[in-house]
Amino acid sequence: MTDSAETPVIRMEVARYRPGEDAEPVFQAYDVPLMDDWAVLDGLTHIKDRLDGSLSFRWSCRMGVCGSCGMTVNGEARLTCGTFLTEYAPGPVRIEPLKGFPVIRDLVVDIDDFLAKLSSVRPWLVREGEEPPLTAEYAQTPEQLEAYKQYSMCINCLLCYSACPVYVLDPDFLGPAAIALAQRYNLDSRDMDDRFDVLNLEDAVWGCTFVGECTKVCPKHVDPAEAIQRYKVSAALRSVLPWSRR
Amino acid sequence: MTREMTGGMTGDTRADAYRPRRDRLWFTRSRGYTVFVLRELTSVFVAWSIVFLLMLVDAVLGGSLPEFAALAARPWMIALNVVALAATVFHAVTFLNLAPKATVVRLDGRRVPAWMIQGGNHTAWALVSLLIAYVVLRS
Repeated sequence: MTDSAETPVIRMEVARYRPGEDAEPVFQAYDVPLMDDWAVLDGLTHIKDRLDGSLSFRWSCRMGVCGSCGMTVNGEARLTCGTFLTEYAPGPVRIEPLKGFPVIRDLVVDIDDFLAKLSSVRPWLVREGEEPPLTAEYAQTPEQLEAYKQYSMCINCLLCYSACPVYVLDPDFLGPAAIALAQRYNLDSRDMDDRFDVLNLEDAVWGCTFVGECTKVCPKHVDPAEAIQRYKVSAALRSVLPWSRR
Repeated sequence: MTREMTGGMTGDTRADAYRPRRDRLWFTRSRGYTVFVLRELTSVFVAWSIVFLLMLVDAVLGGSLPEFAALAARPWMIALNVVALAATVFHAVTFLNLAPKATVVRLDGRRVPAWMIQGGNHTAWALVSLLIAYVVLRS
């Protein structure tokens, strides 16, 4: 870390919301070193460590795996660990919490709503009518793995929810990631559920108007928009052909 | 395990959370949103095209084709239909291009690429249009 006079700086305008102190978020500007290898998250960490210890934000792995550091960067939902400050040089770069979620403090949003929705789609392998031994294996072919692998890459970063105007306008919408993860299990040859009861609803797949922004912002190329449209076809077929379960 | 780097969370509760007001101009906030809304608005012109076609069928069946032709030849009607044609073509092209999102086809274990599904849709569309043009325009 270098703070020498020669190091160029970039201004970060960070949304601050301190409950009991601020009625609504306000922006606070910080000048941080503009380093080639610094992500936005590094800039926030610099602020936290050197400039203002009261700043609050979530992070963990710093390598695009944990999905904790999603924020709104210059109006776009981004993973801040994979978004470099040089992309916004000479600045300023504006950091806000993810849109569509209540703000607990500064850049930390309340994700309880998403966690409840995720649980509702039963994001696990559902087996019926068997008591397999603990050593049982369910082998899959590469083709069977390929059928759902794309959707299994979701890291629950919630960028797709933040970019989805349907969710932002109607928080009852089940949302992109929960539906994509439901499809991850629906398309798994080991799963015996189809989650029709939770997906074939006005606030689930039929609430999606196919804006497509969820797919554009997804850092793991999950393509939630595709997952939703595919389930619309499945649900329509099942409604017309009751024996067509998938 | 996610770390929450907080600065003095004392007294913070979910009841204190800030809930942003609904943004009624959301569709102006990004180019993607604006293009989406414009694509949705073209549905109005698609609906008009269907109404116009039904009016034509009614005129043919009811024997009032000359009156319908006179109406269709009015400048404002021509202008409206030119706009409707452009909007309908835009709607159709974007609709067909989105088809691979809903249709995953696998052949020999491999997923058929999106461009092949799109190409097939556009080819089928062109062939049907040519067939209709042949039937309508033949003298």
